[in-house]
Amino acid sequence: MTTRIIVVTSGKGGVGKTTTSASFASGLALRGFKTAVIDFDVGLRNLDLIMGCERRVVYDFVNVIQGEANLHQALIKDKHCENLFVLPASQTRDKDALSEEGVEKVLKELEHMGFDYVICDSPAGIEHGAIMALTFADEALIVTNPEVSSIRDSDRILGILQSKSRRAKEGREAVKEHLVVTRYSARRVEEGEMLSYKDVQELLRVPLLGVIPESETVLQASNSGAPVIHTKESEAAEAYQDVVSRFLGEEREMRFVTYEKPGLLKRIFGGA
Amino acid sequence: MSWLEKIFGGTQPKTAQLAKERLTLVIAHQRADEAGAPDFLPELQKELIAVISKYVKVNADDIKVQLEKKGNYEVLEVNIVMPEAH
Repeated sequence: MTTRIIVVTSGKGGVGKTTTSASFASGLALRGFKTAVIDFDVGLRNLDLIMGCERRVVYDFVNVIQGEANLHQALIKDKHCENLFVLPASQTRDKDALSEEGVEKVLKELEHMGFDYVICDSPAGIEHGAIMALTFADEALIVTNPEVSSIRDSDRILGILQSKSRRAKEGREAVKEHLVVTRYSARRVEEGEMLSYKDVQELLRVPLLGVIPESETVLQASNSGAPVIHTKESEAAEAYQDVVSRFLGEEREMRFVTYEKPGLLKRIFGGA
Repeated sequence: MSWLEKIFGGTQPKTAQLAKERLTLVIAHQRADEAGAPDFLPELQKELIAVISKYVKVNADDIKVQLEKKGNYEVLEVNIVMPEAH
C-alpha cells in the first residue's frame, strides 16, 4: 500500500491533539501497520513526553530537514509497540525552519522506507507549523472539544484544510476529514450544559470518527509517558481503540455517550 | 443544590442550546467569508467613485458597495449618498 499521511489538527490548543496523535498512531501500529508520528510543534515539542521517549531524543525533524542527521538517526523506535517510530520536533529552532520542500522530502523518504501511515501532530493555531502539518495530508483528524471556542476554531482549520492543502491546490480529491470529539461528558450533555456530539457534528458537518470521554486516565497516561490507548480498563483507551477500528473500516457502536440518571434512592442517600 | 432539588431535579438553564445557536451563526459567517467575499468589490467601488465623480461631486465614503446573501441568490447593493442640492 502507499503511505497515507494523516494530520491531527484542531486550531485551538489544549483540546487533545497530541494525546490523540499518540494513541491513534499506537493503535495503528498495534494493528500491524508500520507507522511514524511526527511532531510539527517546533519550539514547543511535547509528543516525545506523551510517547515517553524524551530521554532518547538525539536528532529531530529540523536536523533531518537541514541535513544535519539522516532520517534513520532521528526516528525513535517506540518502546510500547513494534512498527511505531517517533520523529520529535526541534526544541530550539524557530518554526520557519520547517520548509515546505524539507517537509515534503522527509515524507517522501518515509514512503520509501515502507511506512503505511504517517501521523502529523499539528501545533495549535493557524501559523506556519500548522499549515506545514496539513499541507501534504491525505486525511485529517479534527480534534474538537464540545465547547464554543474549540468548535469555531475547528471550523476555521477545516476552511484552511480545504484551501491550503496540496490536494486542494492541485484540485485532487479532497482531504478526507474525520471528527474526533474529546473530553466528552455524557452526564453534562444529559443535563443540557454541554453540546452533544451530534450537535458538534451537525455544526461542523464532518463525519464522526469517535467520541473520547473525559477521563482521569488521560492525565495518568501522560504522567507516565505511555499513550492512553495502552491503559487497561480505561474508557478513553477503549474509545481510542474504537476510533482506530472505525478508521480501518470496521463497524463499532458509539460507546460512553449515554448517561444513566441515578435513581431516586441514590439521589437521596448519595452514592458513587 | 438543596436536597429538594436533588430529588426532583432543579430547573437549570440549558446553556448547550444557547451555545449551539451562537455557533450556528458564527460558523455560517465564517464559511461565507471563506467562500470568498468576492475580491472584486474594492475595485468595483473605486471605479464607481471615479465614474460618478465625473458628474457629481461625491466623497469616497459616500459610496458603499456590498454583497448580501439572501437565500439562494446574492444581492449587490450599491448605496450612493448624493450631496445636497444647492
